[in-house]
Amino acid sequence: MSLTPDQLQRIATLARIDVSAEELSGVTDRLNRVLGLIDQLQAIDTQGIEPMAHALDARLSVRQPLRADAVTETDQREYYQRGAPAVENGLYLVPKVIE
Amino acid sequence: MALAAKQVSAVELTRLYLDRIRGLNGKLNAFITVDEDHSLAQARVADERRSRGEAGPLTGIPVAHKDIFCTRGLRTTCGSRMLAGYTSPYDAHVIERFDAAGAIQLGKTNMDEFAMGSSNETSHFGPVRNPWDVARVPGGSSGGSAAAVAARMAPAATGTDTGGSIRQPAALTGVSGLKPTYGVVSRYGMIAFASSLDQGGPLAKSAADLALLMNAMAGYDARDSTSLERPAEDYGRDLDLELSGLRIGLPKEYFAEGVDPDVLARVREAVRWFEERGAKTVEITLPNTGLAVAVYYVIAPAEASSNLSRFDGVRYGHRASEYADLNEMYRRTRAEGFGAEVKRRILIGTYVLSHGYYDAYYLQAQKVRRLIARDFSDAFAHCDLIMGPTSPSTAFPLGAKSDDPVQMYLNDIFTIPAPLAGLPGLSIPCGFDGKGLPVGLQIMGNYFAEAKMLGAAHCYQQATDWHLRAPKETPL
Repeated sequence: MSLTPDQLQRIATLARIDVSAEELSGVTDRLNRVLGLIDQLQAIDTQGIEPMAHALDARLSVRQPLRADAVTETDQREYYQRGAPAVENGLYLVPKVIE
Repeated sequence: MALAAKQVSAVELTRLYLDRIRGLNGKLNAFITVDEDHSLAQARVADERRSRGEAGPLTGIPVAHKDIFCTRGLRTTCGSRMLAGYTSPYDAHVIERFDAAGAIQLGKTNMDEFAMGSSNETSHFGPVRNPWDVARVPGGSSGGSAAAVAARMAPAATGTDTGGSIRQPAALTGVSGLKPTYGVVSRYGMIAFASSLDQGGPLAKSAADLALLMNAMAGYDARDSTSLERPAEDYGRDLDLELSGLRIGLPKEYFAEGVDPDVLARVREAVRWFEERGAKTVEITLPNTGLAVAVYYVIAPAEASSNLSRFDGVRYGHRASEYADLNEMYRRTRAEGFGAEVKRRILIGTYVLSHGYYDAYYLQAQKVRRLIARDFSDAFAHCDLIMGPTSPSTAFPLGAKSDDPVQMYLNDIFTIPAPLAGLPGLSIPCGFDGKGLPVGLQIMGNYFAEAKMLGAAHCYQQATDWHLRAPKETPL
């Protein structure tokens, strides 16, 4: 499987990353080298093998932890928003989305 | 020990290392951020604690932290332009644990951007240089931590390992580094790369030091949903391991063509040392080793593309200065904030998760991941520990592999399998190649076998001095 520059642009749009016209062929070429590496997986017979999503599910039964439904965090909005690029009245500012 | 005997104070010890950082960082670029006042204030508190008779084993010991661990009030960049001006409002669990133990935060170490790299060349803050040869890479992604320990700029450091990011730089710089069993060290406040693989761990000169550091770092944390609730253990309990009768598995795939002959020779000599003390070696096979890199470069980018979607220029981090609408703000912010390797992995991850490719790539990779994990469970039926090279080569020159991502990725062939299976892995120095560059011996164990692995390493380090050698480029 190898990507065309057009297909790469579509993926870049999905990933919300601008890829400039000058970068496009270099990025496509390097990505195709990586896809060449991962393509070897296609030839492996995995009939009847369960996908392994978690590092420890092979050996351990990991229970999903639940905690009591209690308030554990205090309101620190102002403190947390100090690092934000643009804030007004406790709200994060973004460009207008709805006309 | 000198601290306990009150021959030296924590303030004096911290000053010593801060001076050394100041003297050497221009040459090695191992640290991104150092806050001397903060370190010295912590050292004064540690000295007071000792004078009250409340000191623990790490009280007053300076520890450098990989810049992936969030530190409240001290800049955390993850090696990225995206977070170049970011200061976390909270501490990582690992940082809390070291603070509680009375350790001193010595500074934040350089790393590959978002821990994506094997050479430390992807850092926004410039490459780290190997103290054994400054024209060569220190490995990655915890290259700053490894170089700092190797050059005696820090007695100990933290790192994280997703596909080898603790063990490979430890090997390339001649220090000891441990990637624990997945779930042993909390990932809370450790900036996420690939969440099903990421695991924090220590780097230090010796296995005995790693055990002390693990005692502080490990432990259950409800804020990490994959943190394991287990009784506390003393990672130094097996330092006097009985080597006689120990079964050491040698995977034939790790002693194969393509590995540097000097690396193989040093690793074989180390294995022979264990044999001479009564350990039994068994040839084993991990037949799917050759697929591990391919599996990793589906799963890790897939998880990264999801994890790094949080960097959108809205709540924290970099935001582009010019944009017409919200979508363009995202696209430009991410194009400017991320470096080439990080973008490449996000794009691969987006592709393998996209409609029509999910089953063929992502699910197939997860299935082969299980085959790799099964290789290990089959192997551990025949042996207690597995030994082999950490990395197929010693430190390579800066720029040698940075143009071809696949060449760089293949360098991690022996370190990627353990995290895919969730297993612990350790790298310790076991000699030098013909160029005088350190070689790493990798010791892998079954789940929760860290104490036994550290014990084997400690026995070896009692009889050898590879771990005590200091690099020529950074004389004491």
